[in-house]
Amino acid sequence: MKKLMKGNEAIAEAAVKAGCRYFFGYPITPQNEIPEYMSRRLPEVGGCFLQAESELAAINMVYGAGGAGARVMTSSSSPGISLKQEGISYLAGAEVPCVIVNIMRGGPGLGGIQPAQSDYYQATRGGGHGDYRTCVLAPASVQEAVDLTQLAFDIADRYRNPVMVLGDGMIGQMMEPVDMDKSYRPAVDLADKIWAANGHIPTPGRPRSIINSLFIDPKVLERHCERLDAKYKKIAESECRWQEEMLENAELVVVAYGTTSRVVRSAIRKCRQQGLRVGLLRPITLFPFPTEAIRNTLGTAKCYLAVEMSAGQMVDDVRLAVNGERPVHFYGRMGGMVPTVAEIMDEIRKYATPYQKTPAEIALDSAIDEKFQSVTDAVGHILQRTRKKMKATGSGK
Amino acid sequence: MEKQFLIAGFGGQGVLLIGQLIAKTAMAEGREVSWMPSYGPEMRGGEANCAVVVSDEAIGSPLVSEPEILVAMNKPSLRKFMPKMPAGGLLLYNSSLIEDRNLREDIRIIAVPCNEIAESLSTPRVANMVMLGALQAATKIFSKEVLLAVMSEWLGKKKAHLFEVNKQALGMGRALVR
Repeated sequence: MKKLMKGNEAIAEAAVKAGCRYFFGYPITPQNEIPEYMSRRLPEVGGCFLQAESELAAINMVYGAGGAGARVMTSSSSPGISLKQEGISYLAGAEVPCVIVNIMRGGPGLGGIQPAQSDYYQATRGGGHGDYRTCVLAPASVQEAVDLTQLAFDIADRYRNPVMVLGDGMIGQMMEPVDMDKSYRPAVDLADKIWAANGHIPTPGRPRSIINSLFIDPKVLERHCERLDAKYKKIAESECRWQEEMLENAELVVVAYGTTSRVVRSAIRKCRQQGLRVGLLRPITLFPFPTEAIRNTLGTAKCYLAVEMSAGQMVDDVRLAVNGERPVHFYGRMGGMVPTVAEIMDEIRKYATPYQKTPAEIALDSAIDEKFQSVTDAVGHILQRTRKKMKATGSGK
Repeated sequence: MEKQFLIAGFGGQGVLLIGQLIAKTAMAEGREVSWMPSYGPEMRGGEANCAVVVSDEAIGSPLVSEPEILVAMNKPSLRKFMPKMPAGGLLLYNSSLIEDRNLREDIRIIAVPCNEIAESLSTPRVANMVMLGALQAATKIFSKEVLLAVMSEWLGKKKAHLFEVNKQALGMGRALVR
């Protein structure tokens, strides 16, 4: 049965269902329902919730629990995620799987508490120091927040890498129906965590476990970085996800992710009714970015429009995908302001013109109309004859 | 079919609950729904509102910038959101707290004396349920029966004794529209 749930609470419950037993965090709006829910729920399932003294402490507790092989999560919002960056870099360097939820708010600095998407660069480019990537999943509905949170744990374990669930204040605060009865099963390919440092006695099949990101010898560090890089390339190959909507014949392809894509969807539906050939390509994973999916639209697309709640960050990835072959436009709102359907429709109208039929299509249409008319006439005749007959025989009263 | 509601008032008047009960009822009837609250440094007495979208297909924007159906529980909400309504929209306002001056003429308007009716039941807190009853009868987007079932579930065992007064409040709100 479906349940009406807040995004934040749904993310927390989804994590518990996925076997997350440890949560370390520090409060910040608009994600407070996640720690609140975890503080109540984790003790019920024999887990541990701990409100750390700071974001730094929280992310390093994640390092400890993840390094010991546990499924562990932390959550925060933009300024708090900035504080966690050092720890995230260490987690990536030491290859510790974990899930980090960022319910974005307006920035920079303390910014505001309303929804924003201005942490895209930080999330997809690593955020902390060093050559590393986190896999980034961007839900657009509460149900998807549930599905992607559970997927995040699998991806984290599969690659021994931090995975970020990137939402915004809107997805955290809104309520939508979710199916929580769906049972979660970990992906079948996940191996035992023989690397975990959990106090086991070293045996031939299981060597001593060391969780470490310090490699003093540059030759050794380079080899480590090359291995990490190969891993990120594998993630890019295997974990890319996106959704296509109304892309058929789309001359204008709008690219938007997360909650912004919802507003865009409403705008596109209305524009399609007005005959504008416009469609939506929604990246579900931001790293890896669906570059190929975008390139596959080059056949019909005359131009692209990226819509974001930022000054224009994801638009760079769209430009990289399109590679100068088509114009890429941008529309964004900032500081916690959410673009409206009307604003996006105005923007779409700037770049999309109503479709003009070709002479061949006009000829085909009139041929179909003619055929339809003749069939309608024939049916009309039959009906008339039947009615006459019924009258004559006095039946049908 | 897609219907957009905006329910606004003071924090503490139960506007978020009105919206949640609409969303839960419509969901129980098999519709797609979304509920989006205003959030921030809200407190009792501050401004609060929520947007509810009920639809037969997957919902696009969960935000409501031009409310087809507006519930205004206090004067500031009416002043803020009535100008944004499209012509032909439906306004239900709490006439216990709002005088009927300067209302638009191109929308359907229903005055609901929520607080007076709630006080007549000796339970001021059910003012929001009076409004919800009127809203149900005026829109018929969701049924009274399912609404009552959802409300009973929401109250749970601990507050089951409050079901009767809430049901009465809903009924009196509905009677105003009939």
